[in-house]
Amino acid sequence: MTTDIGKFKHDSPMSGVLRMDRMPHIWCPGCGIGSEVNAFAEAVKRSGIDPKKLVVVSGIGCTGRVAGYVDFDSIHTTHGRAIPVATGIKLANPELTVVVFSGEGDLTGIGGNHLIHAARRNMDIVVICNNNFTYGMTGGQVTPTTPTSAIASTTPYGNYEYPFSLPFLADAAGATYIARWTSMDVRNVTQSIEEALAHRGFSFIELISPCTTLYLRRNRLGDGVDMLQFYQENTVLKHGCDTRETAIDYQGKIVVGKFVDKAKPTYLEAVDKCAVKLVGDDYQLYGKTIPEREAEEKAEKARVAARRAAVLAAEQAASEKVVVKKVATKAPVKKAAAKKPAIGRAVPAAAAKKTPAKAVAKTVKKVATKAPVKKTAAKKPRK
Amino acid sequence: MDGDHAIAEGALAAGCRFFAGYPITPSTETAERFAERAPEVGALFIQMEDELASIAALIGAAWGGKKAMTVTCGPGFSLMVENIGLAAMTETPLVIANVQRGGPSTGLPTLTAQQDMMQARYGSHGDYNIIALTPDSPQECFDLTVEAFNLSEFYRVPVIILTDETVGHMHEKVVIPPAEQIQVVPRNNYSGPKADFRPYQFDSQGGHPMTQAGDGYNFHITGLTHNERGYPVMTAEQSKIVITHLMEKINGNADQIIRLDEDQVDGADVVVVSYGITSRIAVKAIQDARKEGIKVGYLRLITIWPFCEKRIRELAPKIKAFVVPEINYGQMVHEVERGAGGQCATISVNHCGGAVHDPEVILDAIRKANQ
Repeated sequence: MTTDIGKFKHDSPMSGVLRMDRMPHIWCPGCGIGSEVNAFAEAVKRSGIDPKKLVVVSGIGCTGRVAGYVDFDSIHTTHGRAIPVATGIKLANPELTVVVFSGEGDLTGIGGNHLIHAARRNMDIVVICNNNFTYGMTGGQVTPTTPTSAIASTTPYGNYEYPFSLPFLADAAGATYIARWTSMDVRNVTQSIEEALAHRGFSFIELISPCTTLYLRRNRLGDGVDMLQFYQENTVLKHGCDTRETAIDYQGKIVVGKFVDKAKPTYLEAVDKCAVKLVGDDYQLYGKTIPEREAEEKAEKARVAARRAAVLAAEQAASEKVVVKKVATKAPVKKAAAKKPAIGRAVPAAAAKKTPAKAVAKTVKKVATKAPVKKTAAKKPRK
Repeated sequence: MDGDHAIAEGALAAGCRFFAGYPITPSTETAERFAERAPEVGALFIQMEDELASIAALIGAAWGGKKAMTVTCGPGFSLMVENIGLAAMTETPLVIANVQRGGPSTGLPTLTAQQDMMQARYGSHGDYNIIALTPDSPQECFDLTVEAFNLSEFYRVPVIILTDETVGHMHEKVVIPPAEQIQVVPRNNYSGPKADFRPYQFDSQGGHPMTQAGDGYNFHITGLTHNERGYPVMTAEQSKIVITHLMEKINGNADQIIRLDEDQVDGADVVVVSYGITSRIAVKAIQDARKEGIKVGYLRLITIWPFCEKRIRELAPKIKAFVVPEINYGQMVHEVERGAGGQCATISVNHCGGAVHDPEVILDAIRKANQ
């Protein structure tokens, strides 16, 4: 296949969000990280956040490379330490939106302690955890989330350990926004990341994703497309699901949805409250009083809202051109996601109303093309 | 004020506004002091879940635009060394105080030692360079903490304050000069055009600007071997460029960085090389030896890393011996011996920690050196 890479990079709609000078990326064909990063980039665009004020931090591993491809301030840290680095950035400059994008081995194995403590503090950062049940970069070893009995290079006779259920872990530790999707649920992933970016406090999004080269191959589960098919048939949408019921068995059902979305003072809000008690109303952090910081935040929020409104309006205009014909009430249209109203306060009303209609339209189209030849659908986005 | 508190005050005076730490004897008082002072001065203190997190948070805070420090001792320092490597590799300015206690392992939690001299320099894997300073009094804890920040900012390198339990817990008068009399190197952030922005400059001899998150330069930094843009380039050629730079920005400027305290070194027959609390014990031994008519010089290493190799080499042919007392089984003595290059004797006066030397023992070594 010959592609004019230079032109592709220049014309890409992701130019300005992804570092096109760093493409092509290292991820394998069929890997879920690519679509997750795409969804992330889309979410950032739609969120209205000033891209200058966004920082992405990654650890080590396949997902750890995300920081190297996003066109924001970005730090590729050591193994497991993305969250404390993110904590340092956020606390050094509270005006920044800080996102940790890393894998489950990095975040819940070697970095597990930092995950629970950042959640406990309700540190105002977003953690996106790509969970592919394997240490991909090092060749497919067992991770803290590998389902019992799955084969990995270090459990060649099947995993005999019990895995973490990450939503349950994050919930127990105190995270205030928790969602799980598969890398196939691109729209929901996008919307969830948007919500998390707007959420005040510790947000944790788990993204179940296929590692084609190692986990799937070793367990003879087919290729990336087979796994997307599996997700399609085996995900169960349960918004608000008790996180105790989100465990994943080997090739069992995967509960997805937004499980937690609640308000609680963030770490910095708690610091402020304590300091004011001590020092009085003229308390300053980095030379700014609380009212000054609040005023700045309010102004920034207004700018974000304006940018977001503009993006949504453009989207609306584009979507009106799409003739919604085939909205059949077909079973696989699970992504009539919002038939249950999304829980919690953080769902922007406009988005909640608009997205489903479009999501349905798109899904139906996709299903239509997909039905005859199973693989075309998955190949399509790679054009 | 004790040495630990003086470190916290020195940090604030140097413009440090972010402190992430984890409690560990005998360094905790620095964290406590900073935590107490932080709300008054608009700084932020956070007690992290462990030392791995503390140093990682410093790296984040530094790129978030703040001067940052932490404090620890042996066991905590051991946990920090991986990210000291990341800080060195990403040329991140930050300051770590190691208030040394006896080891190995949990060792002597409340008792003094100087056993982490080599770990401070070589603890993290791979070739890199750092600067380390060794205060011998609470006053110097204050002064050298300010200097540590200044060096750290200018050379964009982790700087380690290698003090010890004795100095850390010693109460002495500390004079904090008015702010305008304290020389502070401010954070130097890049402000030029985006197209020319480079987080690194591999021929820089210091002074290459930092950038801070949020300024719109979309920096990327990584622990991988990288180019000046910060992007990974994993080749032998690039490794040569990066490592040479990391080593030489310190080695090549050693003359500017190194500070020594000398007394009657020229014309001496024996030179006592010491640092930290041990230099104050050495003073007593030197005074007694001089009373006996021995020509003894006093050479105190204020900057321990980079090592003052050049000065040792100059002195070696002119004297009979170096005497090196230190509260470890013999660490810096190897550097002295290497510098002396066989041109004079080098006598180690080691001590396994838990107390300072008996001056008599150092005096005996001086007598032996003079024979």
